[in-house]
Amino acid sequence: MRYRSQKVAYLFFATSILLLSLQILYGFIMGFAHVGYDNLHEVVPFNAARATHTNLLVVWLLSGFMGSAYYIIPEEAERELVSVPAAIVQWASLVVVSVTAVIGFHFNWWEGRKFLEIPRPLDYLVVVNVLLFIGNIGLTAWKGRRFTTTGMVLIAGLTSAALLYLPGMITFDSQVYDSYFRWWVVHLWVEGVWELIMGSILSFLLIKLTGVDREVIEKWLYVIVGLTFLSGILGTGHHYYWIGTPGYWKMIGGVFSGLEPLAFLGMALYGVTMSRRGGKRPENRIALAWTVGCGVMSFVGAGFLGFAHTLPQVNIYTHGTLVTAMHGHLAFWGAYAMVVLAMISFAMPELTGRKLYAGWVPEWAFWTSNIGMVGMTGAFAVAGITQVYLERKMGLDFLAVQEAISVHFIGLILAACLFTVGIGLYIWNFIQYGLPKDEAIQPGGSA
Amino acid sequence: MLSKSQARNFFLGFTVLFSGTFLALTVDSIRQVPARSHEDQMTAQVVAGKEIWETNNCMGCHTLLGEGAYYAPELTKVVERRGEGYLKMFLRDPQAMYPGRRKMVQYNFTPEQIDEVIAFLTWIGKIDTNGFPAAPDLAPLAGASTK
Repeated sequence: MRYRSQKVAYLFFATSILLLSLQILYGFIMGFAHVGYDNLHEVVPFNAARATHTNLLVVWLLSGFMGSAYYIIPEEAERELVSVPAAIVQWASLVVVSVTAVIGFHFNWWEGRKFLEIPRPLDYLVVVNVLLFIGNIGLTAWKGRRFTTTGMVLIAGLTSAALLYLPGMITFDSQVYDSYFRWWVVHLWVEGVWELIMGSILSFLLIKLTGVDREVIEKWLYVIVGLTFLSGILGTGHHYYWIGTPGYWKMIGGVFSGLEPLAFLGMALYGVTMSRRGGKRPENRIALAWTVGCGVMSFVGAGFLGFAHTLPQVNIYTHGTLVTAMHGHLAFWGAYAMVVLAMISFAMPELTGRKLYAGWVPEWAFWTSNIGMVGMTGAFAVAGITQVYLERKMGLDFLAVQEAISVHFIGLILAACLFTVGIGLYIWNFIQYGLPKDEAIQPGGSA
Repeated sequence: MLSKSQARNFFLGFTVLFSGTFLALTVDSIRQVPARSHEDQMTAQVVAGKEIWETNNCMGCHTLLGEGAYYAPELTKVVERRGEGYLKMFLRDPQAMYPGRRKMVQYNFTPEQIDEVIAFLTWIGKIDTNGFPAAPDLAPLAGASTK
C-alpha cells in the first residue's frame, strides 16, 4: 500500500469475512430444514434463516465493496483518504445496522420484502451510513490529483447503488407496484451498477497484477460496463413478465436479459486475455487466480445459468422454483463474492507486509471453495429441474414433490461442507496475515 | 481499432438511450397496471392482508407472483386452487393439516386477520399475470400413462 489511510480497508474486509461465515451457518440451517431436520423451527423458522442468509450476503458484499473502495480510491487519486475517523464511524454504524437487523429478524421485526427485509428505521441509518461513505471517497477523489477511469467507474457504481436504494423505500398498497420498484433496487443493483463496481475492481487488480497498460485495460472496462447497461437496464423486464405489468415486457425483458451474458462473457475474456497478455507473472499468483476466476465464474453463474431460465417461455415454468436458487448461488459467488475475495487476497499482503500468498492454504482455499460451490449449484439444478417437471409441468402436489427431491439436499449439504472447508482455509489465511502495519507502506508504489 | 474515447461514448450513449426507454416504459406500465390488477377491488381488507403478509415475512418461505423463497407453495392462485374454507381451516393451525411434515409457523391469527389474508390472496389471484402460473402442460400425458 502507498497511503496510511488505506489501512482502514482492513476493518471492512474482516467484517466481510465474519459475516460470510455467519451466512454459511444460516445456509446449513435451511439445507437441513429441506431434508426434514427442522429442529430449530421454534427458534429460527425458515423465513428468519432465509432473510438472515440473504441479508448477510448483501451486507458482507457491500462491506467488501466499501473496503475495496477505501483501498483503491486513495491509490487512484494519489492522496490520503480525507477522513479516517469518518471511515471508522461509518464502519461502526454499518456493523450496528447489520447486527441489529439480523437480530431483529429472529423476533419477527422486518419488512417482508425479499432482499430488502431490513426494517424502515434502519433504512434511514443505511442512508446516513452510505452518504458518509460516498462523501468520504468522493471528496478524496475530488481533492486528489488524478481522475482515473477505474476510480471514476468505481465511484459511479457506488453512488448509483446508493441512489437506487431509495426506490425500495417507497411503500405501495398494491403488490404490483411494490414488486415493480423493488426490482429497481435488486435487479438494477446486481445486473446493473454492481457490475460497475465489479468491473472497476477487476480493472484495478488487472492493472496491478498483469502489467498490461492502464489505457488498454480501462478501454475494455468501458466496453464491459457499456454492455452491462445495454442489456441490464431493459433486462429488468425479465422480472416484469408475471407481476401484472403489460405483456410487452415478455419481449423486451426476454431480448435484453438474453443479452446480459455478454457483459459477463466480457468480464471472463477480460481476465483471461489480460493475464495472458501481460507477460508479467505476479508474485501474488493467488490474487490473480481469484481475479480471473471471478470473471470466468461470473460468466458461468450469472451469464450462462441466468440465460438458462430468463426466456419467458422457459421462465413461466421455472419462475419461483429452486432453479432460481441454482442460478442465484453461482451468480453471486462468481460475480460478487469472488471479486471481494480477490480484492482481499490482493490487499492483505500489501496491508500487512507479510507475503503469505504462497503455499497450500490459499491454493486449497481457492479450489475447494470453488468446487464446493459448483457442487452446490449442481445439487440445486437437479432438485430444481425435477421440481419444475413434477410440480409445474405434471401438476403434482408441492409438498409431495419437495419430499421426492429432498435427497438432493443431502448432496447440497455435502457440497456445502466442501465449500465451507475452502472458506475456512481462506479465513485461516486471513487471520495468519495479522493486522495492517505502517511498515508495509511503500510510498513509491506497490507491486 | 476502438479507441478509449469511442469506448466511453459507447458506454454513455447506450446508458442514456436505454435509461430513457426504461423510464418511458415505466410510465406506460403504471398507466396500465390499475386496470390489469383491478385496483378498484383493492379494498381496505386487501391492504390489511398485504400488511400481515409483509410483517410476517411470508415471502421468506412462499412465493407470490413467483417471488419469494422456495420452501413453501406458490400462492398466486391458491384461493382458486384450495378454496376459502380450506385456507381458513389451514391458517387456524397450519401444522394440524400436515402432521409430521414440513412446518409453518403458528401465527395465532384472529378470524378477522385470516379473512384479511384471504382477501389479499383473492385479489392477487385476479391480477392479469400474462398466464403465470401456467397450467401443467404434461399433466394429460402423465394421466394417460398411469391408466
